[in-house]
Amino acid sequence: MLNKIYDWVDERLDITPIWRDIADHEVPEHVNPAHHFSAFIYCFGGLTFFVTVIQILSGMFLTMYYTPDIENAWKSVYYLQNEVAFGEIVRGMHHWGASLVIVMMFLHTLRVFFTGSYKKPRELNWVVGVLIFVTMLGLGFTGYLLPWDMKAVFATKVGIEIAASVPFIGEWIKILLAGDSTILGAQTLTRFFAIHVFFLPAALLGLLAAHFIMIRRQGISGPL
Amino acid sequence: MHRGKGMKFVGDSRIKAENKMPNVPKDYSEYPGKTEAFWPNFLLKEWMVGAVFLVGYLILTVAHPSPLERQADPTDTTYVPLPDWYFLSMYQLLKYEFASGPFNIVGALVMPGIAIGALMLVPFMDTTKERRPFKRPLPTAFMLLAFAAMFYLTWESVANHDWEKAKAQGEIREEVSFDPESEGYKIYAGASCIGCHGDAFEGGLGMPLADTGLTAEEITEIAKNGRGEMPGGTFKGTEEELHTLSEFISGLSTE
Ligand code: HEM
Repeated sequence: MLNKIYDWVDERLDITPIWRDIADHEVPEHVNPAHHFSAFIYCFGGLTFFVTVIQILSGMFLTMYYTPDIENAWKSVYYLQNEVAFGEIVRGMHHWGASLVIVMMFLHTLRVFFTGSYKKPRELNWVVGVLIFVTMLGLGFTGYLLPWDMKAVFATKVGIEIAASVPFIGEWIKILLAGDSTILGAQTLTRFFAIHVFFLPAALLGLLAAHFIMIRRQGISGPL
Repeated sequence: MHRGKGMKFVGDSRIKAENKMPNVPKDYSEYPGKTEAFWPNFLLKEWMVGAVFLVGYLILTVAHPSPLERQADPTDTTYVPLPDWYFLSMYQLLKYEFASGPFNIVGALVMPGIAIGALMLVPFMDTTKERRPFKRPLPTAFMLLAFAAMFYLTWESVANHDWEKAKAQGEIREEVSFDPESEGYKIYAGASCIGCHGDAFEGGLGMPLADTGLTAEEITEIAKNGRGEMPGGTFKGTEEELHTLSEFISGLSTE
């Protein structure tokens, strides 16, 4: 039955090559931890992706309760944390995942660096990687404000002041982020929310697609 | 391996691309060995690594509920903030003389800019064919140095932060229920007490005043003679007023 449905669709859309391209490649021995334990360092990229997926899923569930306005943001998080069934787990996964994804990304970067995998022909993928790196830090920075508790607001204040000290465009960056040249308030929260859940994830998904397409094109780097 | 039947159209207007690259898997014969099909063999093994990782992740999540401090009060000027751990090194950098005040630009822009810029340009600076870390000492040394510097800064930042105070300053405080029209509160508001203990008894320079467990007599005692950092004799009202006030404060609770 399933086969028949598959064939029916395939006859019309020729979907086989799409997934075959991902499925049909051999994984070389030197990156396979089943053969060389030390090859676990090649898992860091995959684990980073794994946590990224969890971040997206848990984040989607968080927005079912979270309210991005200064009156209710904290209350909605408090409610989710203390009243909603498994709310503490969902928020906990997003909270700890945010740190884990950064840890795994650091480790992955170090793996690529110390195995010299950024060398020709992979320079561009390294550059895309650094852009992913910056995007991830941006996600961490904007997400920190959202619970609207004391540490959120005051850490963000410091961060925005740092951004504002950039010559020439500092003031402009500040207004773009905070929504006002002096107040850190309602506008800042809605902007950070939009950046955290729409702008940066969109950028991240685009960059990740580029990252993975390049890896498929070039294959993984050879053994040292 | 073509699995499907290919497409058959009624009226096919597509033009066949010539020389289209066939969809063949990568050739790893250059390093022969025990290669393994990605799908499904290797992916299943990767999933096992992922499952072990997930167990650790979930244990962390269950063992340490994520923190939530009290609702933001942007007017609180005494709060000492701290960013998330991966920004600590940058935050610490800004505390040094050579990177703050008039040189703020060094800590805020120049050093982080150099760090990210250099990271971005690594493949264009290290262009030899050599891949082993020990065979290219300069890139390896620079990365280790950068890592050590970030580690040191993060360490300093954690060591110099007053964690006890940080915990106290962010704590969720229960709201104190009281009648602002009561005589006790009027005396409290008219005296200097309110300056340090807060207009809702939430504390500030002084301690919060709800649920102190002190009797009225003890509170009168403290008001007269002081305690710890609190000076005595700041209450200037009559003995009777002090009594009313002490009774009032003794009865304050968060329930
Ligand atoms: C969300 C963040 C990231 C994800 C999910 C990710 C994912 C991956 C994956 C799955 C691989 C395949 C090999 C492996 O797993 O080690 C890979 C390879 C690679 N990554 Fe990333 N990556 C991320 C961030 C970065 C960053 C920050 C950099 C560099 C600054 C980077 C540079 C590279 C390069 C150059 C390769 C090719 C390595 C080779 O062929 O040996 N990636 N990435």
